[in-house]
Amino acid sequence: MHILTEFKEGLLISLRAIRANKMRSVLTTLGIVIGIVSVTLMATAIEGVDRAFARSAASFGTDVLYIDRFPWVRNEDWITLRNRRQMKVEYAAMVERQSRLSDAVAPVMFTQRRTTNGNLSMEDAFITGTTHMYMKAAGVTLADGRFFTAEESSGGRPVCAIGANVVETLFPHEDALGKIVRVAGHPYTVIGIFEKQGGLFGIFTADNRVWIPLLSFESHFGGRRDVTVQVRVADLKQMDDAKIELEGIMRKIRRLAPGKRNDFSINQQELLVQTFAPISLVIASIGLFITGLSLFVGGIGIMNIMFVSVSERTKEIGIRKAIGAPRRSILMQFLIEAAALCLFGGIIGLAIAFPLSLIVDQVLPTAMPISVVAISIIISLVVGLISGFLPAYRAAKMDPVEALRYE
Amino acid sequence: MNVIELKDIVKTYDMGGAEEVHALRGVSVSIAKNEYVAIMGPSGSGKSTLMNIIGCLDTPTSGLYQFNGVNVSEMDDNDLAKVRNKEIGFVFQTFNLLPRSDALHNVELPLIYGGFSAGERKHRALETLDHVGLGDRVHHKPNELSGGQRQRVAVARALVTRPSIILADEPTGNLDSKTGEEIMGLFEELHHQGNTIILVTHEADIAEHAHRVVRLRDGLVETDEPVRKRKAVAASAS
Repeated sequence: MHILTEFKEGLLISLRAIRANKMRSVLTTLGIVIGIVSVTLMATAIEGVDRAFARSAASFGTDVLYIDRFPWVRNEDWITLRNRRQMKVEYAAMVERQSRLSDAVAPVMFTQRRTTNGNLSMEDAFITGTTHMYMKAAGVTLADGRFFTAEESSGGRPVCAIGANVVETLFPHEDALGKIVRVAGHPYTVIGIFEKQGGLFGIFTADNRVWIPLLSFESHFGGRRDVTVQVRVADLKQMDDAKIELEGIMRKIRRLAPGKRNDFSINQQELLVQTFAPISLVIASIGLFITGLSLFVGGIGIMNIMFVSVSERTKEIGIRKAIGAPRRSILMQFLIEAAALCLFGGIIGLAIAFPLSLIVDQVLPTAMPISVVAISIIISLVVGLISGFLPAYRAAKMDPVEALRYE
Repeated sequence: MNVIELKDIVKTYDMGGAEEVHALRGVSVSIAKNEYVAIMGPSGSGKSTLMNIIGCLDTPTSGLYQFNGVNVSEMDDNDLAKVRNKEIGFVFQTFNLLPRSDALHNVELPLIYGGFSAGERKHRALETLDHVGLGDRVHHKPNELSGGQRQRVAVARALVTRPSIILADEPTGNLDSKTGEEIMGLFEELHHQGNTIILVTHEADIAEHAHRVVRLRDGLVETDEPVRKRKAVAASAS
């Protein structure tokens, strides 16, 4: 009750003091405003990068294992990796026959080719050759149409399913289904359209892909290239067991003598996440450190003006002490003033940062996280309390006799 | 029991190095309840120092100061603040009101630090302002009031906690003689109502309003005697 009364008095005084020195308060707060704007925008951008990455990583599927010639994240010498034998299409069928923990297996081949629809073209479309099992093996869904059937797949029919970017580029104003696209000149009928995935600056995204039956792929673009065997694990809890099982199957297929090292790699989405996490942390730390500096400078500005405020009001402090204000309440009064100034700055900063974050959203799909709003408010309060402490402590410690004598 | 009991109060200021200023060199004064005492002396006599010590704004270098039987000479800052808040009402020469607050808030201020509820504060402050004749000026800020009215606000602020003593430091120093007389009339009335008043002044005719005069010279009590021919004022306070 007692503290509350003093707190109210402190709030009243500080609001009055801020109102009495409007221009000064606004200028002082500017540092905090800039600090909060940069910190929140940085946090929003980092959130955007993280989200984009998470979405791209998710497109690899949490329950999908990729048997490749090379590991995604390289921690061995290139020299030893270079000698690995190629992966073959037949492996997929063998794995499917022998594996008991997997749900679906699909061989996948990639190449980048120019893809066109009349005058419209896409130079670097990712051409993906696979079988009808792909839908199940990759755990993806179509927005429209269908994927190719077992018959179309084994017959090497000229049909394709395309990603969202391909649709936007080649069919900006028309329905793509049933139309014909030319992949490096070869015609394919569009039978399916994939859902948009988004991605990090267009990297790591499946939106640029054109899926065609593996047989067509081999006859048009050649089959002497590496294959990835994509395996969907039936039970997410058995990922590790499945990895061991696949390793055994692959070693048998490759006829590796015991004691010889694997000449293939089993990759999964987790590896990407593990690689990205520290990078993201470094970006976040550097970004927040730099923007944090502007908050620090803002805090110094507040401290400076609070020292001015304290010495201007020496007489008032003397009066308050004479009529019985304890140190605590003088301290509180100036702390509240500093915190109120900073909070004021923080709120203005957020008000400026919010529309700016909508602009960031155009480049990098993101949203200012609620946690950032809460943290900014807390940060501005804390900056206020820290930078206000020294001036407030000086005020609280003043000798009432001398303070009263001050003119 | 005496309200104020000062025994061999010494106050020495260290001016740096070996230099020391002896503001008080052993002052002993007792003041009983409902006394009206003036402390007089030329500048440099130590009367301001004595007032600061009596007002618990400062502590003596040595000596014993008992306030209502409690030893305050060795209290720390916060305990002194409590004594000032509850037991002492200050009236200053320059009024020392908060310029941005209205009369009501100025008078409420000591009650805020005393921890009174908002309703109690307002009730008491209004009552006290009315008592000093400013019932119709409660929402005026100090710069909207005349000098005499400002000093009345200050007196109300001093009275509002119902303190044991009212300590007035040259309360008429910044007022013209007519307004000064009015303020002295107000003190007279407060004294009649049972308040203990200590008046610090260097003006003899102001001191003559009191019942007893303590004269200081060079940090010592020179004389301490009742006033023989008291100056009467027309009690025109309200």
